[in-house]
Amino acid sequence: MSGFSAIGLELAVVVGALAILMIGVCVSSERRSFLSYVAALFVGLVLLSSFLVSWPEKQAFFEGTYLVDGLALFFKRLFLVAAGFVLVMASGSSRETAIGVEFPVLVLIALAGMMFAASAGGFILLFVALELVTVTFYVLVAFARNTRRSLEAGVKFLIIGAVTSAFLVLGMAFVYGATGTMNFDELRVAPIDVGNKQLFDIGLVLVFVGVGFKLAAVPSQIWAPDVYEGAPAPVGAFLASGSKAVGLVLIVRVMNSTMLQGETLWAVLLAVSAVASILYGALCAIPQKDLKRLLGYSSIVTAGYLLIGLASGSEAGIGASLYYMTAYTFAALAVFTVVSIVFGASEPAEIVGLAGLYKRSPLLAVALTLSMISLAGIPPLAGFFGKFLLVKSAVGSAGLKTGLVVLIGVMVVGILISIYYYFGVIRAVYWVAPSKDGKSIIVTRSERVALIMLMVGLVWLGLFPGRLIRASSGAVGSIAPSRQAIAEVVKHDGERR
Amino acid sequence: MDPLTIIIAAPLAAAGLVAVIPGNYRFLIRVIALLATLLSAAVAIWVFAEFEPGASGLQFETRSVWVKSLGIGYHVGLDGVNVGLVLMGALVAFAAACVSREIAERVKEYYVLLLLMAGGILGAFLSWDMFGFYFFHELALVPTFLMIGIWGRGDDRVYATYQITLYLSFGALLVLVGLIAVYVQCGANTFDMVELHRHVAQTPIPAAAQRWMFPLLMFGFGVLVSLWPFHSWAPTGYAAAPTGVAMLHAGVIKKFGLLGLIRVALPLLPEGAREWIPVMGVLAVGNLLYGGWVAMRQSDLNRLLGYSSVAHMGFAFLGLASLTVLGVTGAVVVMIAHGFLAGLNFALSGYLRRVAGTTQMDRMGGLLDKVPFIGALLVMAMLAGCGVPGFANFVGELLVLFGAWEANKTWVVVAAWAGLVVGAVYTLRAVRTILHGPLRTELATVADPAGAWHRSAYALLVVALLLFGVVPGLLIARIEPDAKAVSGTIATGIEMKAAGEVGSIVRGAVAAAGVGVRQ
Repeated sequence: MSGFSAIGLELAVVVGALAILMIGVCVSSERRSFLSYVAALFVGLVLLSSFLVSWPEKQAFFEGTYLVDGLALFFKRLFLVAAGFVLVMASGSSRETAIGVEFPVLVLIALAGMMFAASAGGFILLFVALELVTVTFYVLVAFARNTRRSLEAGVKFLIIGAVTSAFLVLGMAFVYGATGTMNFDELRVAPIDVGNKQLFDIGLVLVFVGVGFKLAAVPSQIWAPDVYEGAPAPVGAFLASGSKAVGLVLIVRVMNSTMLQGETLWAVLLAVSAVASILYGALCAIPQKDLKRLLGYSSIVTAGYLLIGLASGSEAGIGASLYYMTAYTFAALAVFTVVSIVFGASEPAEIVGLAGLYKRSPLLAVALTLSMISLAGIPPLAGFFGKFLLVKSAVGSAGLKTGLVVLIGVMVVGILISIYYYFGVIRAVYWVAPSKDGKSIIVTRSERVALIMLMVGLVWLGLFPGRLIRASSGAVGSIAPSRQAIAEVVKHDGERR
Repeated sequence: MDPLTIIIAAPLAAAGLVAVIPGNYRFLIRVIALLATLLSAAVAIWVFAEFEPGASGLQFETRSVWVKSLGIGYHVGLDGVNVGLVLMGALVAFAAACVSREIAERVKEYYVLLLLMAGGILGAFLSWDMFGFYFFHELALVPTFLMIGIWGRGDDRVYATYQITLYLSFGALLVLVGLIAVYVQCGANTFDMVELHRHVAQTPIPAAAQRWMFPLLMFGFGVLVSLWPFHSWAPTGYAAAPTGVAMLHAGVIKKFGLLGLIRVALPLLPEGAREWIPVMGVLAVGNLLYGGWVAMRQSDLNRLLGYSSVAHMGFAFLGLASLTVLGVTGAVVVMIAHGFLAGLNFALSGYLRRVAGTTQMDRMGGLLDKVPFIGALLVMAMLAGCGVPGFANFVGELLVLFGAWEANKTWVVVAAWAGLVVGAVYTLRAVRTILHGPLRTELATVADPAGAWHRSAYALLVVALLLFGVVPGLLIARIEPDAKAVSGTIATGIEMKAAGEVGSIVRGAVAAAGVGVRQ
């Protein structure tokens, strides 16, 4: 396999983006709404073709900067799924709001960035890909440029994004200074002088802050509620699904490559961030009146849960995080789809506005209920299995790390609080009397298909989790052998000394 | 398809079917719900009759793999403990579907959720896989919350919904963490309870771990069964719940927690149990005393029933806490008897509410003339509730008291006083206020349900209570061998002695019950 066939999926997405840009220039502006459909179909095709390749063995290209392994493939597929649904959502929104030709193109470019990030083999590609995603999102968040809220969200996202990018660069520089390498594989075995250990640790913390921005984990979580609230609904959906997953995969990659030198640091860092994220997000979500803002806080809580899986340190724990991320993606996409249909893409989404939704559109009511139940982690839906796996991995490692007991306790509290606020949404849908205009809501055929696919996904992952568990543990397993090999190398090294 | 899967699948499949029927075919929806629950009940009666008491191993067993990598499977089977519970659950579910005629709006959604509840809890009772056990229970629990919220009644239903949701979710989460801890600590890489029992028999879980795991499960399951002082959700919740939901939850779903203690906590964590059982005993007596005491002060029939059901759970906990064969057997009989009784009680109070428009007892009175059938059943239900011989509750309570006598005599005295004397005070007072005295003018048009068909649901539950009260051997012969296995894992010398005597004492209890009936 040559380097260019290795990045085939990304190349396809970039070429697709350019092609759609060209077509968009050629057609008149009234007929551009089909471009989102074309983009969605195209993403679907790329997703299907991704199942033609399988990368059980890890391979590195472009002098080690680009990795091809199960983990990368897992996340690439997740990004493709997310982007496909986001594009369908955008096609529905484009009827009313002026979502022009740039929107699907930008989504595809962000998608390409995410897919590159999943394969990052070193800090260079990590940073470049992350910036590609982030800069694209600066535009996307402020896309509804005639509404103030969207612009405000864009500015907030820009400022905080820039600050955390600066942290990331600084952290990378520190790690490079301490180890002399930017490459993850070399970093894993790089000897660190005692004098440089502190520099290395600070570097890792800064990198965590920078990458945690994507994940919306404490301490870089502060943007999430404002941006989720202000951004157009499809963009919010992409932030909650694709962009969050980028944060996850990058933290897994960085953690995996620095585990040997920084084990205690990671344990503390992940645990503290997880506890803070869960408590901050859950407590702040209680009084929220706007559904999108509520999702912003719940996204912070989710980041905390994902970190618990990583904090347990076992392969099963990382696999559980991957599973939970997938489950969360489906639920978040479904909620944002409902929001964009009920309220319109860039309007505020007051929870009281959902009153009587079960009469106005039973499909939307059921979709919203199922995703809320899944987010709350109640069987038989996907979210339950995700939380089950997370608790299992945390309990499984609790014997080794006593701090995990605290994490489990915090998680239980977080789930309990989250049941309270998710239930408030269900309550609004079913047993609050509808306000004056009880007119039914039109759902286009493509949106209907997308919602049904998401609901089937939620139920399927909850009832038959075996396949995804195999996929996620396979993905984690594909980076683990090298870890074992490295351990041997280090041991060997020690003996030689 | 094997019978146990039919019992679970009939309501669940019917829920799926109802979900795709347009909402205005109300009659069809109702017929489907009734047929599905009737099918479950009929199969449950059949397996109860076919069940061979004392045979080793599980009967009607079926298993298949669900998630292989985690050791999760679909494993259903019957032993002496759950055979009676399944019968009770299926019958109460059928009765709950029968009395749900009162639901007038959003009929389709109501039956979908009701059928999910029924199928879920029957699945939990039948499951021998810890994951399936928890999974099916949650499947039954979540519709409860929605139904209280949507079809609930009373001014504080929103508060009641939030309270019951948060309380029970908390309990369920503790249970989840506890069950996962059991899985992890066993290290057998399976959620299958049979294999876990076998594994623990050879390599017990370290005692230090058991000491923190047992309280997790005890309080987790305890919250789900309204163990004092975690009971406050029950009266509020039941007062606000629609009739069918109150019947199913108070009667059936609540028993899940006790079954969990019998299946998981006691046999797998004997060391932890030994340490924490005294605490459970004290709390059980708390249930009896406090529940009964507060029930005396209630003016609302549903709240009274809610508190009395809290009190009755005390007997079940006390029986388990005694760790004797008699006590555990009695606890299971109480679980089954109380299931029928709570179902009956809430069905009757739901009927009274529908015809009289209130459950405030002082706004009713003299109703016995107007509703002789419902009134007579109410008298019987109330008598059963205060432990009068002839009803299944008496058998269970008596066995519990006998069993607990071995463990701690003071508890027994307090419990007997609380259960029997205090119980008599509030139940008889309710009978007097509702059924006797002058008839209030606004209740002059109240009448019994018309036709045998509409009375059958109520009659069914009374017949079950009487049947197991008069012929308790039907239950005890099935329960006893497995109760012996449960208490045997923890048994110390004294309890082993009790196990030897069990036959004669059980026969004595049965005889006493028979005498009671004749008198």
